[in-house]
Amino acid sequence: MTTDTRDMRNIQEDYSKDINEDIHWAKINEDVLRSMENPRMGYWIAVGVSLFLLSFAVIAEIYQYNTGMGPSNLNWPHMWDLYIATFVFWIGMSHSGTLLSAILHIIKADWRKPIYRFAEAMTTFSLMTAGLFPIIHLGRLWNMYWVIPYYSDRGIWPNFRSPLVWDAFAITTYLTSSALFLFVGMIPDLAICRDNAKGWRKKLYTALSLGWRGDDRQWRNFRKTYLLMACFLIPLAVSVHSIVSADFAMSIMPGWHVTTFPPYFVAGALYSGCAAIITLFILLRYFFRFEEYMTIAILEKTCKLTFAISMVWTYLLFIEFAATWYGPDAVDKELLIGKFTGPYSPLFITMIFLGSILPLTLAFEKFRRNIPMMFVVSLLLNVGMWLERYMIVTPTLSLSYEPFAQNVMWPSWVEWFILLGSFGWFGLLFLVFVKIFPSVSMYEVKEMIFHRRHLANKEIAAVMHRRLDDAEKKPSTTTPEPGLEGA
Amino acid sequence: MSLQNLLQDWSRYRRGREEGGFHNYEHMWGMSIDLNLCIGCNACSVACYAENNLAVVGKDKYEKHQAMHWMRIERYWDEPDLGEGRVSEYQQHGASFLPMNCQQCNAATCEPVCPVAATYHTPDGLNAQVYNRCIGSRYCSNNCPYRLRYFNFYSYYEDSWPEPLNLQLNPDLSVRDKGVMEKCTFCIQRIRVAKDKAQREHRVLQDGEFTTACAQTCPTSAIVFGDMLKMYDPNSTNPSSKVIELWEKHQVELGVTEQEKHNPKIRGYRVLEHLNTDPCIMFLDRVREV
Repeated sequence: MTTDTRDMRNIQEDYSKDINEDIHWAKINEDVLRSMENPRMGYWIAVGVSLFLLSFAVIAEIYQYNTGMGPSNLNWPHMWDLYIATFVFWIGMSHSGTLLSAILHIIKADWRKPIYRFAEAMTTFSLMTAGLFPIIHLGRLWNMYWVIPYYSDRGIWPNFRSPLVWDAFAITTYLTSSALFLFVGMIPDLAICRDNAKGWRKKLYTALSLGWRGDDRQWRNFRKTYLLMACFLIPLAVSVHSIVSADFAMSIMPGWHVTTFPPYFVAGALYSGCAAIITLFILLRYFFRFEEYMTIAILEKTCKLTFAISMVWTYLLFIEFAATWYGPDAVDKELLIGKFTGPYSPLFITMIFLGSILPLTLAFEKFRRNIPMMFVVSLLLNVGMWLERYMIVTPTLSLSYEPFAQNVMWPSWVEWFILLGSFGWFGLLFLVFVKIFPSVSMYEVKEMIFHRRHLANKEIAAVMHRRLDDAEKKPSTTTPEPGLEGA
Repeated sequence: MSLQNLLQDWSRYRRGREEGGFHNYEHMWGMSIDLNLCIGCNACSVACYAENNLAVVGKDKYEKHQAMHWMRIERYWDEPDLGEGRVSEYQQHGASFLPMNCQQCNAATCEPVCPVAATYHTPDGLNAQVYNRCIGSRYCSNNCPYRLRYFNFYSYYEDSWPEPLNLQLNPDLSVRDKGVMEKCTFCIQRIRVAKDKAQREHRVLQDGEFTTACAQTCPTSAIVFGDMLKMYDPNSTNPSSKVIELWEKHQVELGVTEQEKHNPKIRGYRVLEHLNTDPCIMFLDRVREV
């Protein structure tokens, strides 16, 4: 089977199958390990572009650190702007991995298996990006550790009533948990890497695989740990974005003081996370030639999921409009009208178009199977979601209770550079990840194929399920016992 | 140590909840601003700049809304309806002025949101800002419905007070560096000096013994500053004051979200009090001949 050199890109894919069950297990190892070695020119170009973008942010941040927050055009009353909007955006992106690996793991949607690894990596890296923004936006960021409750002889603690302190707790907890989850889920794969690596990689994987031998006891413990962490991560993911929404919902400003913000933010987070999964799915599929694992059928399922979440988000958005419109708060209503007609209205209307109308394309099979189109759509959906965060933060600051303070502010190059740089930083982390760690879960793809074979062919299933004590039985009893399923 | 603080704060909080009013307060500084008397001369604002070492940011930064006027005179030109359906094309009565400084809310929205507790409520009824503790998250300013908190977007001490202007700085309070939030303090340095002096002389602080820079400078005495504790704490030894007289005369009270008034001629109101911020500044509405 190793001589099978069919180029999968040239043959018509079977859209009804999530994965081809005939892939040889050795080929899975081979394909995934191949993706981790010998970077081609394209990879170095991508690294270069990421570093270039990152350098923008570094320059802007050095300038801002030395000068103060003034050059970013922040003003009175626009005390938060792109920084906080982008922070919320990156926190939102981090919900993708949890959704795919934890929620879909628990509901046993096994189509997630070829694509969850990079989604989890995306979770960790977007959190590492998001965490930078509250620090960057601080006026005196060298004192940022004051937010952490540590015992000081001054007897001063952070203000536990402040949503920003909750943010700090929530983000560090979520970052630690999602990084651990990513690592734990990777251990069997790291063992495969260890067995095939040389040089420094061998040392690295030996240390990271924690002595994985793949014996029965290890698998049992591994399964339990993984499930436990998945169960732990789901409420955590929901609470993290609820707490981020509390940054706004706990205030008294019109447009922020909204009861539906927690679910609205969580829906928005899952939405942008899913859209980002589609983007990276297509990129990895193309660059690493993962056509056999990241199939169109799986892409379609991801698109359907994105579509469903986008409709939930749209529903919550319109609930917010309705609650404001029929509510008693005149200032809130004025703000809503201001969002549609004021200086930020082009952005706001674009956001509604990209967030609520564009995802309708995901409802059609014809579009879902069109990869270039899905790539563009997924990017545009994320542009829409970024605009959503911007349109939460800025119009409220622009139009609130105090008429004398109302003004329009557009961000300066400093803010844009730092925003661009965050994409560079995320890209860099991700690029390093895909070359050092397997971006497709080898053992879970094997599991998936195993189960698919089992579904497709009862006889094979019976043979593979046969245990040592089964050997004495007659081989003709091919129907597997129900208790043996799900090995 | 801190557990003890926590329990003390908790019991004080419970007492305030259960018995109402202001307990264990030393003072309750308040203000009354009469808009009938305000002529919009900006003297209060200038006095505030001089007293509190406020940076003069310059024209370009002012245009970018990065100024720091703790006491600002808001001008409203728009007067669309003059009543009884008469709409005037022209500004008949000049601008309307609204001097706005920190309202020293008793239920301040800026306090709970600060991550490092740099802003807190003092036993003087003041909403204090600790510059050294501030890390510049700017959440307080975002959550101030009056937008009365100003941020040091730059370090101004070189540009704003070039030699020898640095000699004019008030030595009683600090010059703030970049990245720090600041706001009106009701001239806390003056309060401190007056309290210390009264304590040395073993007497209670008298009304009118000192006042804030804005009240002192106002040419029409539109701003009246004083201690209002006597109004809420009958056991207090603090003397009654002119501010209490004004608040009582205009039937304005602390601790409510809507003032009960039966006589339309009574002009007192507090800005945005329906938000339950409980501001300590009462404004007296401007009366005009239409």
